[in-house]
Amino acid sequence: MKKTLALLTATGMALTMLAGCGGGSSSTAASSEAASSEAVSSEAASSEAAPAAEEGQILNIWCWNDEFQSRFNDYYPGVKEVAADKSTTTLDNGITVKWTINPNENNNYQNKLDEALLKQDSAADDDKIDIFLIEADYALKYVDSPYTMDVKELGLTDADLADQYQYTKDIVTVDGVQKGTTWQATPGLFAYRRSIAKDVLGTDDPAEVQEALSDWDKFNAVAEQAAAKGYKMLSGYDDSYRTFSNNVSAGWVDGTTVKVDPNIMSWVDQTKTYTDKGYNNKTSLWSDGWAADQGPDGKVFGFFYSTWGINFTLLGNSLETPTSEGGKEEVGNGIYGDYAVCQGPQPYYWGGTWICAATGTDNAATVCDVMKQLTCNADIMKQITIDTQDYTNSQSAMNAIAEDPDFGSDFLGGQNHIALFAEVAPTIDMSNAGPYDQGCNETFQSCMKDYFDGAVDLETAKANFEDQIKVKYPELTAVEWPAAE
Amino acid sequence: MPNSTKTKMENRRHVGDPGLLVHRIVAYTVLFLLCFICLFFFYVLIINSTHNHFDIQRGFSVLPGSSFFTNLYNTTHDANIPVLTGLRNSLVVAACSALLSVYFSSLTAYAVYAYNFKGKNVLFAIVLLIMTMPTQVSALGFLNLMDAFHLTNTLWPLILPSLAAPSVVFFMKQFMDSSLPKDIIEAARIDGSGEFQTFNRVILPILMPGMAVQAIFSFVASWNNYFIPALIIDDAKMKTMPILIAQLRSADFLKFDMGKVYMMIFIAILPVMIVYLCLSKYIVRGVALGSVKG
Amino acid sequence: MKTKKKGISYAKWGYIFMAPFFIIYAIFQLYPMITTVYYSFFEYFRSGLKIIGPNFVGLKNYASMLAEVPKYFANTIIMWLMGFLPQIIISLLLASWFTDLRLRLKFQGFFKTVIYMPNLIMASAFAMLFFTLFSDTANGPINSILLNLGLIAEPIRWMTNVWSARGLVGLMNFLMWFGNTTIILMAAIMGVDPGLYEAAELDGASSRQMFWKITMPLIKPMLVYTLITSLIGGLQMFDVPQVLTNGKGTPNNSTTTIVMYLNQHLYSKNYGTAGAISVLMFLICGVLCVLVYATLTRQDDGLTKAQRKARKAQIKAAKKAARTQKGA
Repeated sequence: MKKTLALLTATGMALTMLAGCGGGSSSTAASSEAASSEAVSSEAASSEAAPAAEEGQILNIWCWNDEFQSRFNDYYPGVKEVAADKSTTTLDNGITVKWTINPNENNNYQNKLDEALLKQDSAADDDKIDIFLIEADYALKYVDSPYTMDVKELGLTDADLADQYQYTKDIVTVDGVQKGTTWQATPGLFAYRRSIAKDVLGTDDPAEVQEALSDWDKFNAVAEQAAAKGYKMLSGYDDSYRTFSNNVSAGWVDGTTVKVDPNIMSWVDQTKTYTDKGYNNKTSLWSDGWAADQGPDGKVFGFFYSTWGINFTLLGNSLETPTSEGGKEEVGNGIYGDYAVCQGPQPYYWGGTWICAATGTDNAATVCDVMKQLTCNADIMKQITIDTQDYTNSQSAMNAIAEDPDFGSDFLGGQNHIALFAEVAPTIDMSNAGPYDQGCNETFQSCMKDYFDGAVDLETAKANFEDQIKVKYPELTAVEWPAAE
Repeated sequence: MPNSTKTKMENRRHVGDPGLLVHRIVAYTVLFLLCFICLFFFYVLIINSTHNHFDIQRGFSVLPGSSFFTNLYNTTHDANIPVLTGLRNSLVVAACSALLSVYFSSLTAYAVYAYNFKGKNVLFAIVLLIMTMPTQVSALGFLNLMDAFHLTNTLWPLILPSLAAPSVVFFMKQFMDSSLPKDIIEAARIDGSGEFQTFNRVILPILMPGMAVQAIFSFVASWNNYFIPALIIDDAKMKTMPILIAQLRSADFLKFDMGKVYMMIFIAILPVMIVYLCLSKYIVRGVALGSVKG
Repeated sequence: MKTKKKGISYAKWGYIFMAPFFIIYAIFQLYPMITTVYYSFFEYFRSGLKIIGPNFVGLKNYASMLAEVPKYFANTIIMWLMGFLPQIIISLLLASWFTDLRLRLKFQGFFKTVIYMPNLIMASAFAMLFFTLFSDTANGPINSILLNLGLIAEPIRWMTNVWSARGLVGLMNFLMWFGNTTIILMAAIMGVDPGLYEAAELDGASSRQMFWKITMPLIKPMLVYTLITSLIGGLQMFDVPQVLTNGKGTPNNSTTTIVMYLNQHLYSKNYGTAGAISVLMFLICGVLCVLVYATLTRQDDGLTKAQRKARKAQIKAAKKAARTQKGA
C-alpha cells in the first residue's frame, strides 16, 4: 500500500509542485503520512501553492560545477525561467534560485562552504544557504554535523525513498538519520573505443571485451597488446586510481593518523609500470591532454569512468564539431558512437552528488520538493536517464530501462549500458568513505605524479605527501605506510 | 678650438666604423628578438581565441580561425565565469582605488610639502619605510578584520586600503618638489582662500600631470591584484577578473572548452592593453620619472 | 622667512591632511599586522566545521615552520634569480644601447613600448596563458610549433621537470620586468653628467670603457635600488607560480614560494602557522625596507658630500686637462 501510494505521489509530483511538502522543520514523520495522501488528492492544485508566501524569496544553492544546475533547470517541474547567464532560476511560486558555484579542487568548495555554514546563524534570511551539494569523498563531514537537516523532518517519507538504492541512503545516514538524497547512482565502468578494441582484441562486443579485461592480469596483458599496436591502454596516471582506492580494507584516516592502504600502493606500482612501459599517455585527470585523448584524435583504448562521466565529459570530448558551433550529437560527428562500456577488472564507484538541506533554511517546503522531484520521482529519473545516459537513483525506473529491448544509447553504439549497471549498482559499498577522502586522494595523486614523471623517487614522493596532507589538515598528525611496501 | 673637435667627433661617428656597424647590427638583432618574444605570446593568444576547442586540441595553427565570436558569445554567456560582472567589478575597484590613492596621496604629500609641523619628518620617514612593505605579511589579520566588519564579499576591502599608498605619496612629494612653486600657496592665502580649498582649486590642477601617471599605475596594479581579492571574495557576483582567471585554472569543468579559456585571458588583459597602447608614451615616461627616486 | 612665521599657524592643516593616510594605514595594515603577530603564538585552526583554539603555544608554530620554510625560501630566491639575473644584464645592455649617442638606434619609441608591455599584463592571466601554451602534450601550442619546426622529436613535458617549471616562472618574471628595469636604468644613465662622457671621449675612451668606468659606478645606487625592490617583489612572488601550478608548486614542491606556502595555511584556516610565516616575512622585508629607505634618502648619486666634492674636482681637472690637451 505504502509503495503504491509513493508511486502515485511521485506521478502526481510531475504535475503539481510543493504538494506533500507543506511541513517545514517543525513537521515530523507523523505529518508526512498526511502529506502523502494530500498529494494524491491535490493533483490539480494550482502551482502558486501557498507555502511560497511564507518562504524566503531567495533559494540559495551551493555546488561545485554545473551538473546539478543543468539537471535542475531541465527537469525540476517548478522551473519557470532560467536567466540568460544561468546565474539564477525563477520558479513558478516566485522564488528565485541563486546559484553559488565554487570549484571543487584543493578543498576549495569545502572551505568556502564551511565558512558560509559557520556564518549561517548570523546571515540574513536571503543569504542563508538553503541547499548545498556534497560528494561521497567528504559527505560524512557534513552529514555528521548539525548543519544538515533530517530529510524526514523536511517531509520526505520512507515511501518516497523506498525506490532508491540502499547505498545512496547509507552514506548520508548517521545514527539512523538520513540527511541527504541523490538522483544518481554511480557504479564505475570502463569506457573503451570500439574501433580500437576491434583492432586489438578482434571484437567490440561489450561482453567479450569485458571477458578480456575481467581481472588485472588480463587487463595488463591487453595493455601490452595495445601498446604493440601503437595504442595506449590508459590516458593518464589517475585513470585507474578509483578502482584501487575503492577496494581498500579501511578508510584513509584513523583518529589523527593517515593510513595508506596496501591497495593504493598497488595503484602506484601498476601506474609506474604502465608509465615506464609506455602503456599510458602521462596525462592527468581533467587536463587538456586527457580530454584530447578522449576525442577523435585519441589513441587510448579506454577510460575508467563513472556513469555520470559519459554525459558530463566523454560525450562532449568525442565530438569533432562542438555543439556550441552547431555540431550535432550524432554518429558522424567525431567518434560519437565509437564508445562502449564494460565493467572492467574490479567493481568500484566514483563520485555521486547528494543534495542536503542546510539547517536554518527559510525555504524548507521548496527544498523538500526539490529533493522529492529530483531524487524520488521515478518518471523524472527515467527521463534523465533516457536523455543523458546518466544512471539515476530509481531502482524501478532503471530496471524498466534495463529490460527494455528497444533502449540503446546511440553514443555507445546502441548498447544498453543501463542493463549492465542495474546489476552492479545494488552491490556498491561505500562503507570506507570518510570525511578526509578528497584531500587525501588529491594530495596523494599529485605527490605520486612527481614519482611517475621521474621527478622524484618514491621515498621523496611519500615524504611530500606526509608534509602536504598535514598542511591541508592541521589536525592530522602522522602518516602510516603499509608494511609490505 | 671647439669647432674642429666637433667635426672630428662627427666624422668619427659617421665614417663607416666597422665596429660600430657590428655593434648596431647586434643591438637591432637582440631588440627584435626580445620584441618578438614579447609579442609572440600575445599572437598565440589572439590566434587561439579565434579557434574552437577542437582546433586548438589539434595543435597550433598560424592562421586565425573563424570561432572568435562563438568563443566570445560562449564566454560572456557562462554564469560560471561571469566575465561581464568580473569586468565591472574590476573596473569599479581599479577606478576607485586609483582615484582614492592619487587624491589622498597628493593630500598627504602636500601636508609634508606645504606645512611645517612637529613630527613631520618622522611621519614622512615612516611613509618611506613602509613604502615597500608587502601587504601579504598582514593578510591574515586583514582577513580576520574584514570578517569582523562583515566586509568579506564586498568590494570595500579592495578599495579602501588603497587610500594609503606610500609610493604614490613619495612620488607626489617628488613631483611637488620639482614643479610646485610655494609662492602659489602664499598667493592663494592672500586671496583669502581656505587651506582645503587652496589644495582642491589651486594645487590639484598643477599636480594633474603627475597624478595622471600615478593614477594609471594604481589602476593597473589594482586591476591585476590577485592575492588579497582571492582571500576576500567568494561570491560570484563580486569576483574580479584575476579570481576568475585563477578559477579557470583550478576548475576542471571550466577547461572543457579551450576556446573559452583563451577568450577569457584575452578579455582580461584587453582593457589594460588598450589603455597602454593609447598612452604608452606617457606611461613609459612616467616609469622613468617615477624611478628618479632620490 | 615670512612663510615660516606664518606656517606655524597653519601647522594643524599638516596634521589634518596627513590624517586620512595614517588612519587608513593603521586600520587596514598596522592593526592586522599586530593581530597577525598575536595569532602566531597560538594554536588556532579549523578542523572541518570545528574551530580548534586559540590556545597559547608560545613559539611552537615558529619551530614547526622553521623546519619547512627554508625550502620554500630557497625556491623563491632561485626563481627570483632566474628572472632577475637575465633581467639586469639585458636591461643594462639595452639601456646602454638606447642611451649610446654613437649608436643612435632608431625606433626607440616602438622598442620601449613593446618591451614595457608585459609589465602591465595581469600576472595571473599571463601565467594561465603560459600554462596553456606550454601544455605537456604534443598538441600544446609551443610543443606543436617546436615539433613542426623539427627542433624536438618528442613533446617536452615542461611542467614535470624541476628546472623547466622553474625556468618558466623565471622567464615570465623576466618578460614582465626587463622593460621596466631598462627604462629605469636609462633614466639613471641619462642623469649622469654628459660632461664626463665628453671628457672621456676626448681621452679616446671606448664605449666599453666609458660604460664600465663612468656609467656603472655612477648608476650604482640605482642598481642597488633596483636590486632591493626587485628582491622585495621577488619575495612576494605568488600569482605566477600559483596559477601556473594551480597552487601545488609542482613538481616536488620546487616552485612553491613562501607566499604560496603562506596561502596554503590561510586556505586551511591555520592561523597560528600562517601568523608565524607572516612574521618571518615581515622581519625579512623589514630589513629590506630599511635598505630601500637608506638608498632613497641618500643623495642622487649615492655619494657622501665629501665624495661628491672630490668627484666634482676630478671632473673639473679632467675637463681642464682635456682643454689643455686640445690647446697643445
